[in-house]
Amino acid sequence: MRALIVDDSRAVRSVIGRSVRELGFAAFEAGNGRDALQVLATEGAMELALVDWNMPEMSGYDFVCAVRANAAHSAMRIIMVTSESEMQRVVSALEAGANEYLMKPFTVDALRDKLVLTGVLDN
Amino acid sequence: MPISPTDFDFVRAMVRKESAIALDPGKEYLVESRLTTLARQLGLVTADQLIEEVRRKPDNGLRYKIVEAMTTNETSFFRDVAPFDALREHVLPDLIARRAAQNSLRIWCGAASTGQEPYSLAMLIREHFPALASWRVEIVATDISREVLDRARTGRYSQLEVNRGLPASMLVKYFEKEGIAWRVKAPLRDMVTFREMNLIGSWTGVDNADIVMMRNVLIYFDVTIKKQILANVRRVLRADGYFMLGSAESTMNIDDKYTRVPVGRTSCYQPLGL
Ligand SMILES: C[S@@+](CC[C@H](N)C(=O)[O-])C[C@H]1O[C@@H](n2cnc3c(N)ncnc32)[C@H](O)[C@@H]1O
Repeated sequence: MRALIVDDSRAVRSVIGRSVRELGFAAFEAGNGRDALQVLATEGAMELALVDWNMPEMSGYDFVCAVRANAAHSAMRIIMVTSESEMQRVVSALEAGANEYLMKPFTVDALRDKLVLTGVLDN
Repeated sequence: MPISPTDFDFVRAMVRKESAIALDPGKEYLVESRLTTLARQLGLVTADQLIEEVRRKPDNGLRYKIVEAMTTNETSFFRDVAPFDALREHVLPDLIARRAAQNSLRIWCGAASTGQEPYSLAMLIREHFPALASWRVEIVATDISREVLDRARTGRYSQLEVNRGLPASMLVKYFEKEGIAWRVKAPLRDMVTFREMNLIGSWTGVDNADIVMMRNVLIYFDVTIKKQILANVRRVLRADGYFMLGSAESTMNIDDKYTRVPVGRTSCYQPLGL
């Protein structure tokens, strides 16, 4: 299984990357939405994307909208991983096609729970 | 300063008598750290001072506080997932068919802690069993700790807590943001009644239960107490009702008057002789 981690903080990418690798994923990284689309274009479909909201070039929200407009990635599970914690943000992300929403800061257990909820990981 | 063997034995005996929680040797560090926290909350400095205080004037309030401090309240929404899948796929459909004449269900969570378990149940019912909206569905959630019950009643959870196990779709549907906290909306809160109840005290208002959930609490008790509680559960559970334990718990080798019902990746129990 392959996971794409999209976050403009390298430290966050490495923390999430380590966690998903420990859970058996191959991890790919991108620093913003546009680069993430590029990674998908070259690497092909992935099972999972973990996506920050606020990033330069292209936001996580715009990334989700772009990905959901492309049938090639309809099976990809998307989890927003962001410090945005307003109700309206969660609602918008789900409406745009994100499957789950994890608020920073989070624990490894919480990330694990979300992977189980999206069905990419067995409990 | 580490807690003395005499103090440890004193606390251990008291906690066991009041709550059945078994503090085996080796738990000195736990007693020490929990009681130091409590001592500071009460304006004292060390655990010794607190123990000395309760020895000097055996005041029930203080005894209760010490017992409460020794409870472990860890929980999360939809904990372990599989039991909630079992409720959705088998237990509730079966009971709904059996209770079609009465249109009522009684569910008891016997160690509800801060409420994530009963609220998960309430969400599951609202989400997947719309027909139950016209039934009388009682969810009685009990615990020995007043502190966790007070928190549970408010329905307020931190970001850390809603991050754990709660689907985002349910967060947006059943919660509202209150400052930095997330609060269960009133209609869902109203589905659950929280009440103080000691599992080794008298059980009231939980007889004729259709579902009893007693998850991750028997692990703290000795086998004698487990036997006693499992026998009592058989008494309050209806003959075709379901009993659910934590993922590391079982009735096996403790009470042979249950039959194990495997459902998906978990098991429920029913009284034998159905
Ligand atoms: C680890 S929590 C379990 C919460 C929830 N059932 C779950 O599985 O997530 C254990 C709870 O049992 C309660 N407890 C311990 N001894 C008890 C007793 N004698 N009577 C009632 N509740 C008790 C504690 O206060 C604590 O909230």
